Amino acid sequence: MTDNTVDPRRRRFLTGTATVIGGIGAGFAAVPFISSFQPSARAKAIGAPVEVDISKLEPSQRIIQKWRGKPVWIVRRTPEMIEGLKGFAPEVLRDPESDKSAQPGYAKNAWRSENPEYLVLVGVCTHLGCSPSFVPEMDAAGMGSPWNGGFFCPCHGSKFDLAGRVYMGVPAPANMEVPPYQFLTETRLVIGIDKENAA
Amino acid sequence: MNAIVKQLTGLRDWVDDRFPLMKLWNEHLAQYYAPKNFNFWYYFGVLALVVFVIQILTGIWLVMNYKPDAAEAFASVEYIMRDVEWGWLIRYMHSTGASAFFVVVYLHMFRALLYGSYQKPRELLWILGMLLYLSLMAEAFMGYLLPWGQMSFWGAQVIISLFGAIPFVGEALSTLIRGDYVVSDITLNRFFSLHVIALPFAIAGLVVLHIIALHEVGSNNPDGVEIKKHKGADGKPLDGIPFHPYYTVKDSVGIVVFLMLFSIVVFFAPEMGGYFLEANNFIPADPLKTPEHIAPVWYFTPYYSILRANTVNFFWLDAKLWGVVFMGLGVMILFLLPWLDKSEVRSIRYRGKIYKTALGIFVVSFLILGYLGILPPTPGRTLVAQICTVIYFLFFLLMPIYSKLDKTLPVPDRVTH
Amino acid sequence: MRRVILSLLFALVAPVVLAASAGGPKLLKANVDLSDRAGLQNGAKLFLNYCVSCHSASYMRYNRIASDLGIPDDQMKANMMFTTDKIGDPIKVAMRPEDAEQWFGINPPDLSVTARSRGADWIYSYLLSFYTDPSRPTGVNNPYLPGAAMPHVLWELQGIKKAVYHTVKDENGHESQVLSHLEPGTPGKLSEVDYQKEMRDLVAFMVYLGEPAKLVRYQLGVKVLLFLSVLLVAVYLMKREFWKDVH
Repeated sequence: MTDNTVDPRRRRFLTGTATVIGGIGAGFAAVPFISSFQPSARAKAIGAPVEVDISKLEPSQRIIQKWRGKPVWIVRRTPEMIEGLKGFAPEVLRDPESDKSAQPGYAKNAWRSENPEYLVLVGVCTHLGCSPSFVPEMDAAGMGSPWNGGFFCPCHGSKFDLAGRVYMGVPAPANMEVPPYQFLTETRLVIGIDKENAA
Repeated sequence: MNAIVKQLTGLRDWVDDRFPLMKLWNEHLAQYYAPKNFNFWYYFGVLALVVFVIQILTGIWLVMNYKPDAAEAFASVEYIMRDVEWGWLIRYMHSTGASAFFVVVYLHMFRALLYGSYQKPRELLWILGMLLYLSLMAEAFMGYLLPWGQMSFWGAQVIISLFGAIPFVGEALSTLIRGDYVVSDITLNRFFSLHVIALPFAIAGLVVLHIIALHEVGSNNPDGVEIKKHKGADGKPLDGIPFHPYYTVKDSVGIVVFLMLFSIVVFFAPEMGGYFLEANNFIPADPLKTPEHIAPVWYFTPYYSILRANTVNFFWLDAKLWGVVFMGLGVMILFLLPWLDKSEVRSIRYRGKIYKTALGIFVVSFLILGYLGILPPTPGRTLVAQICTVIYFLFFLLMPIYSKLDKTLPVPDRVTH
Repeated sequence: MRRVILSLLFALVAPVVLAASAGGPKLLKANVDLSDRAGLQNGAKLFLNYCVSCHSASYMRYNRIASDLGIPDDQMKANMMFTTDKIGDPIKVAMRPEDAEQWFGINPPDLSVTARSRGADWIYSYLLSFYTDPSRPTGVNNPYLPGAAMPHVLWELQGIKKAVYHTVKDENGHESQVLSHLEPGTPGKLSEVDYQKEMRDLVAFMVYLGEPAKLVRYQLGVKVLLFLSVLLVAVYLMKREFWKDVH
């Protein structure tokens, strides 16, 4: 070889170029590995929207439907229960307007549902993920006052009203989550999909 | 910019005070002097390392979705191929990687034959390499059972039954390996454990030992001369260059070319005409129905041919056992290579006609054995396999004689270009 | 390098040898084209309307077919699925395995990966070659799978062919009848050429069914290789620069 001179700038440039292109390649190569952590087609199929027949649901009763492995509650509220959602003093509920809680737009109201009669809720406590129990009776024993019916989490004592709104002074930080859902007919409901979000 | 560099240097020094970071870096890369005349054949060591990394990575990801259960294994592979995002790519990389591993390792071993890289003082390096080769064979064999297709099942059945040929303990040994009277769910589970934990650990450990041994004795080269004999005033070999940066950049070129060839297979021919993924393996394992023609995967076929080549009973042992014995010896004899070769020179460049001819015939018969191993046997093919088996063994057994007789050329003092 | 090329050549030549040694009648060429989307859709329709009454394809989900082949979900549900199935379900069969055993003598195999185990040409040849054989319970036989338990499900489309035999003598002078070729018998709704086209679509769909990734992996492969070529140039220039030091 005749070219004896070493040009450090050229050397650094070429090394840099190769490193950058190689780095981009490594980045691309990482994509399949990271993407494969996404829910698979099977997980998606299992987590697909589910249809529920609510024609047999009586007032003040609850049915539980599994959706994406979580319990989803559908509660048919009586007129008294709906009325009971209104009579709270400001210091009773932590987030009465659901400003800091998760729900679709059509459920961001005092009864947290599309149709006041039917409450649809992900039955998981927002504290640490236990599933609260259903205590529909007014002034039920041991629930303190005021209590117009609601949900009580046995794990750490969090309390929610019949719209899934959390009480003050309990560990749960936010109201219970409302999943996306829509009524297909008067008595058929689909959970996991609504007019705003396709699946 | 300067501040960042300073920070990083600081961090490096902090670690270096507590861990021999720079010492390791220097010993194995920056101040490891490798001969400057490496040629094409010297890419395959680093390529084997690259394939190993590919296999470990893709393997970790496959295990996330694979189910080592006879009732679910086949379906879980198809689940990976379809339902898991990018699962098909990860699986094809792994299945192609298995074959690529052997391509690269066979070429790496052939390099040792070409340039006498196993000769003194590199005997232990060669033995460690052979242990790696054996571990790799076990790893590949057990991995091949996991898709639980017909070839997986019957291939394992046939190979494990070979142990049954051993007198007295054979049957018991086969049963012990399977953990059952046929290849079953139990076998699948233990092969899975060995394939994903035990053997990868063994291989990784052996790779480290292989590299430490290499860096202790130094690399051989296509001229087969010791570069340590001629050192400059600074104590560094005159014909050596630091591995880093010179061979890191050169190997990078080799790695990219390899990745291109690898990608061609992965994306355009993952089945490789039925040699990397066999058609019969897309039928779930059925213990009641043997496929018409069973052949092992291509990388085992030379030894499979040797196994089948023996058709006569001699002494008091039957042909089946001799087949197994010859197959075993065929692999084991490679361990003795450093002591069979009595040549004065290492490299093929300075060997005489005898060794060159012997090596040529050996390579051809090895390829023929490999080719015959994928075909069903006929009397004619068996005869050819027998001839090639004899050649295979004669190459090694006569080596002490012909390597000594061979008229060698004078070896230069320094490496040539 | 020479040996790499050699081993590649091996891989190319050997399948031909294998096929020839396997025996059986010569396979017809399916010549499927996976880029023909309309053909694949037609194949999906044929597969789901004819094959799925007896065969499952349980590794494949309906919505995957719908999205890969551009069939709208509602059309898929309306025309190609059992009403009880959901769009995300795998393709199962209505028949119970025990019933199938009783009716056909064997349980019809799952067809998810048949195109990979048998090959496209074999399926194509098989579907084209049913002929009348009164000795069989189904009334038909097939040279590619003698004694096949499957009836000629598509006979309405193809009609049923007739076998032509010729006599061969073995070395002992015994004569026997051997199938020579098939000729048109009862005509079906489609001409032979149209039927072949339909079957080509069906086989193309089954090739896709065997490996859905096939639709994307070629294009992705080209991109990967282009990227690696760029990287190769960069790395090679770097290597050449550093190796100026080595004399």
